[in-house]
Amino acid sequence: MITKRVIPCLDVRDGRVVKGVNFAGVRDVADPVRMAEQYSREGADELVFYDITASHEGRALFTEILRRVAERIFVPLTVGGGIGAVEDFARVLDCGADKVSVNSGALKRPQLIDEAANRYGSQCVVLSVDARRVGPEWHVFLHGGRIDTGRGVLDWIAEGVSRGAGEVVLNSMDTDGVRQGFDIEMLQAVDALVDVPVIASGGAGGAEDFIRLFTALPRLSAGLAASIFHFGAVRIPALKRAMAAAGIPVRLDGFAGEEAE
Amino acid sequence: MLAIIDYGVGNLFSLKSSFAAVGEEAVVTGERQAILRADRVVLPGVGAFGDAADKLRQTGLFDTVREVAAAGKPLLGICLGMQLLFDRSMEFGEHQGLGLIPGEVRPIAPVIPQGLDVPHMGWNGLHFAADRSPLFQGLQEGDHVYFVHSYAAFDCDAYVTATAEYGVPLTAAVQRGHVFGTQFHPEKSGNTGLKILKEFCAI
Repeated sequence: MITKRVIPCLDVRDGRVVKGVNFAGVRDVADPVRMAEQYSREGADELVFYDITASHEGRALFTEILRRVAERIFVPLTVGGGIGAVEDFARVLDCGADKVSVNSGALKRPQLIDEAANRYGSQCVVLSVDARRVGPEWHVFLHGGRIDTGRGVLDWIAEGVSRGAGEVVLNSMDTDGVRQGFDIEMLQAVDALVDVPVIASGGAGGAEDFIRLFTALPRLSAGLAASIFHFGAVRIPALKRAMAAAGIPVRLDGFAGEEAE
Repeated sequence: MLAIIDYGVGNLFSLKSSFAAVGEEAVVTGERQAILRADRVVLPGVGAFGDAADKLRQTGLFDTVREVAAAGKPLLGICLGMQLLFDRSMEFGEHQGLGLIPGEVRPIAPVIPQGLDVPHMGWNGLHFAADRSPLFQGLQEGDHVYFVHSYAAFDCDAYVTATAEYGVPLTAAVQRGHVFGTQFHPEKSGNTGLKILKEFCAI
């Protein structure tokens, strides 16, 4: 049976993993290569790296880190941040990324999705959407949640998938970083809309939030989180055991297991 | 020496690194002589079947791969590289494959239950044929590996060495003599995948 993926997300700025709360108040956390190795040993099913660097030097540092990760970690790697052209796909794929996530670059120029899917295949193109509730609906936001595009989330995701995105990461900025649980209502609407895998992001506070998510939405493909893993609120082996005990299919083989504290 | 065939599809950095992790020196090459000199050969591949088959022909490597198989050297096709081992694919029209393993590549959407995502993406358990392939010697029934595909091999029952359950059993691995194929990505399948690559290097 296909298992539900548990995916730690590493935001990298100037060569370090950082984490913000509600897309603000960024804190320095760790060395990205060491952190990725630890998560892989503990059973992470995939790793997501977001490059949140603004500078040219930071970008070069990011691709160097990516290369070092791909050299020693043998689980799928998704890379996002600063992807505005097909050339950006080439840059990170050459460093060992398996999938590339597009966000604001695709909003500005939706043809980017078509171009990338034609060149690299849909399985390589992940549509990442930052969403927030505005009145009775959900809107797509830009630039870390600061700008409301006015675009409806369901409308944009339907367009992105029809253009060739092979997977969707839906990041709720209402729940991001506050550890009150995933935005199940919005995820349900998106999951019912598309037949590509959907990854829930934003709001995980503990194992019970993953259990609630996959119990409510058994078709959902994966759950992504950052701060609960980075700050040790829950360790991946313990999370997966709790999910398995709740009857959720997870992968418990193929990794070293518990890490010494 | 192991050769990873470079015919312009996909990034081979992870694949090369994964062989390094099991102590096997791999060269990434598109040169016929280097491929024929190797002790064992890996045919990778991502993207569309037709494009990949065209590229194999344009680079002249289509016949080289057939020569490797005819010489009885261990050959491993991964993902689209496995699909290319078959007679033909029905992905965007009919395309001829290498014809090294009888069977046909078709979309999974019509055969899986409604409501399941396409592509079949993520970690799924392997169920092995009664006669265990040497690639899977070190594994346990149900060990998980990473898949991402929308097409699969059919009509090849005699050569299937492992399946994965996705509403229906899908072909996960095949073998005919020293020609091996995995629909999943061993280079992205954690320790389980590394064990498989290590076994391949011991054949």
